[in-house]
Amino acid sequence: MSKPQDVDTAELRARYPDVFNRPASARLATPSMLVAALAIFVFGLVDLDFSPSRFITGLSQLGWISMMMMPPDPGSSLPLYLQALGETLSIALLGTTLAALLALPVSLLAARNIVPHIVRFPVRRFLDSIRGVDTLIWALVWINVVGLGPFAGVLAIAVSDFGAFGKLFSEAIEGADQRQVEGIRASGGSALHEIRFGLLPQVLPVIAGQVLYFIESNTRSATIIGIVGAGGIGLQLAEQIRVLEWQKVSFLILMILVAVAAIDFISGKLRFAIIGRRAVA
Amino acid sequence: MDPALFLDGPVFSMTVAVSILPEQQLAALNAAYSKALARKRLRLLAGFAVFVAALIVASIGAEVNLRTFFTYFGNFISYFDRILTLDSGQRVWTNFGEWFWGLRKWLKLLGETLLISYVGTLIGAVLAFLLNFFSAENTSPAPWLRFTVRRLLEFARTVPGIVFALIFVMAFGLGPVAGVLAIAIHSTGALGKQFSEIVENADMKPVEGIRSTGASWISCMRFAILPQVSAGYASYALLRFEINVREASVMGFVGAGGIGQELIVAIRKFYYSDVSAILVTIIVTVFLIDITTGWVRAHLFGKEARN
Repeated sequence: MSKPQDVDTAELRARYPDVFNRPASARLATPSMLVAALAIFVFGLVDLDFSPSRFITGLSQLGWISMMMMPPDPGSSLPLYLQALGETLSIALLGTTLAALLALPVSLLAARNIVPHIVRFPVRRFLDSIRGVDTLIWALVWINVVGLGPFAGVLAIAVSDFGAFGKLFSEAIEGADQRQVEGIRASGGSALHEIRFGLLPQVLPVIAGQVLYFIESNTRSATIIGIVGAGGIGLQLAEQIRVLEWQKVSFLILMILVAVAAIDFISGKLRFAIIGRRAVA
Repeated sequence: MDPALFLDGPVFSMTVAVSILPEQQLAALNAAYSKALARKRLRLLAGFAVFVAALIVASIGAEVNLRTFFTYFGNFISYFDRILTLDSGQRVWTNFGEWFWGLRKWLKLLGETLLISYVGTLIGAVLAFLLNFFSAENTSPAPWLRFTVRRLLEFARTVPGIVFALIFVMAFGLGPVAGVLAIAIHSTGALGKQFSEIVENADMKPVEGIRSTGASWISCMRFAILPQVSAGYASYALLRFEINVREASVMGFVGAGGIGQELIVAIRKFYYSDVSAILVTIIVTVFLIDITTGWVRAHLFGKEARN
């Protein structure tokens, strides 16, 4: 073979000049972006005090801590921890339920097919700002209002999920089929009838799926709001870390992992039962 | 339901069929229907009862106290009144200079927060990138490796980031280093899962093509899988960056750097107008980041990748 590719290339070059002579801006785009990303990264490392010596002492410290964590051992506080875990699960369940109940009527006010733009816009922005504030911050605010304890945690989760649910529910409502609503209207139903018999049967399964999913993820959130004093297992965890009881810490982390896995399993089963296997896959 | 079905034949024949059903058969059908309905209602009712019972148990567990709630609910409303009032008693927006008196300091801390989330996301994305081929069903070289990597990633994303931060503060000392590492580990777990899901959806024919030339596993990943998945990777990493900005804004609560430190001091010490000022700067920053990453994603991957 006498190098056929040379001939081909020359011809192709002539025929498709754009492909072979890409402008410098196109050729340099990716490398320059990578260089910029790397530059910011290095600047970040320097600015955030990442020195090699600090990193190495930290790592050896971390290794020592992990050794101290073995084996996980609750000491004599197992009943206390189980109670705290129950508290955490209660916070997640109550907070999510409360949020869902509050968000359902409000989400109607944020759905395009229910209300005019002039109502929808401010409601949406209101929900956005609630979501912009982290659950931990809401927990701090509620602690100021109802005092330290799990109740503040319930309210914190309820408020921050209210923002998320309002958005998700209104999207579910906007995605609903209008024809069923029109059918109700055609048979003489009022606006409330349209919502009750035309919309709710379509959106309730979707909403139930989302609520269950949030109970799962709130089990995780509820484990951490204790760190700022809003009850649950996070309170114990933060305390044991502060007093360097590493075996108890690892036991508590293990408890959280098991609890989250159990809730995942249960709510997964329930979700399949409610909306069918295909809808969640 | 197909509307075409509705318009012709079946409707007509159905009404006829129903009207000529004999009385007994109709009664039997009606009975069966109401029985089925009753069973469904009973199941719903039972589910509802279990749910309510769970709620009651939970409200005892969570020390729900409605009396406290109603007594102090006014406090919640007035809290917003207070954080929107300056020390001089005026509304905050009448005097921006005094409301945002610490803007320079806060912006510096916000910059630190953004850097924490950037560096953390990048480290997490690189680690997730290195691990995800081992955990994906279709590319993993060995089942035991897949199992191990998957459990590792699961652990990294189930333990909340702030718990890692608490532990890292003990190991690395107070400051942003702990925050960065906490965010990096949590991102590794979350991104590792999402990345490997993209790989699992990738077309395997290019891999076969490359393997047939005698290429190694690494070359297969590099030339067959990577070109298919890199856009998805970048998209998920950007999304994770958005999430991490929020996460990093509270890392300071446990001493892991960023604006959170300033916020928790303001809340705990009742510097009311500072609370609202810091919250406003955080919310505005989060909005801006969301908009920017949305724009970047739209430009990198076209309009359809925006959501």
